[in-house]
Amino acid sequence: MRPEPRLIEVRKNVLKQNDVVAHALRDRFRAAGVFVVSLVSSPGSGKTAFLEKTLTLLRPNYRVAALVGDLATENDALRLARSQAPVKQITTGTLCHLEAAMVQSALEEWDLNQLDFLFIENVGNLVCPSSYDLGEELRLVLISVTEGEDKPLKYPTIFNSADVAIVTKLDLAAAVEFSWETAYNNIQAVRPGMPVFQLSSKTGEGIEAYLEFLAARLPELRLATI
Amino acid sequence: MHELSIAMSIVELAQEEAERRGVQVDAVHLKLGALSGVVKEALLSCYEMACENTALQGSRLLIEDIAVVIFCPSCRAQRPLSSVQLFCCPECGTPCSEIVQGKELEVVALEIQECAPNPA
Repeated sequence: MRPEPRLIEVRKNVLKQNDVVAHALRDRFRAAGVFVVSLVSSPGSGKTAFLEKTLTLLRPNYRVAALVGDLATENDALRLARSQAPVKQITTGTLCHLEAAMVQSALEEWDLNQLDFLFIENVGNLVCPSSYDLGEELRLVLISVTEGEDKPLKYPTIFNSADVAIVTKLDLAAAVEFSWETAYNNIQAVRPGMPVFQLSSKTGEGIEAYLEFLAARLPELRLATI
Repeated sequence: MHELSIAMSIVELAQEEAERRGVQVDAVHLKLGALSGVVKEALLSCYEMACENTALQGSRLLIEDIAVVIFCPSCRAQRPLSSVQLFCCPECGTPCSEIVQGKELEVVALEIQECAPNPA
């Protein structure tokens, strides 16, 4: 006779392994006083252009570096290298997101004490990266004006995993009849209180406010970890 | 689509637990939050694949959907969210950003059969 099934309690987070690595990374980043920012968005929303601009504008005053996740090419790393900041590519192969262990191994040869800001560009994807903590201090979610104002409503999970929203390609807003009000309200509907910046990486419009916001966070982090 | 790697993690976790206890797994009970970033249907079909040629082959994945619960600062109470498109208190309409429940991706229990007769 087949024995009665028995239930045993386990209670284990499926992503525990990733979370353990991410927590260790976060401790390391804080101890080294480096402010880590990750970027998530759909493909083609302008992450790389935005990051290139950010690195270029921060570099005169801060020690900056970037890790970029990409499925197959090294094009992004080559583009970002133009900012003259140290850049390393993480090629994920067919994997649709970065995991904490990939960040950890990409950082092996880097001295984090020599950095003020480290940026991590995730693979272009608004679904999968939401489940994985990378040890970052701040997660930015980017949406471009060309994607439509309802992106936040379609992907509430990624907006809820992020801290700040960046609306990119503002220079194209008029051409696509982008409504800032609708986009802003949609972001606030899925993530009340989320700070939102709108900017153009191409013209530089709006980028100053976002850079000031970032710059203010660095001393906060260092004060908190003393 | 990261459900296959999630499914493989579930199988790995369950297998370790089963080996440690010397038991055979019939089913894995999983809590899946609406904000976990994982799609239930995709996970179920990936689970079968992930189980192939492992000790869990033929086992079932039983998923309990976990709805989002938020904390309303005005009511000072936990409230179920009516839609993930609108993070507002269903009672008073206050925007709520504090998520109390809904991000779960957790193996809660295993349905097992003892492999060897219990010595006790």
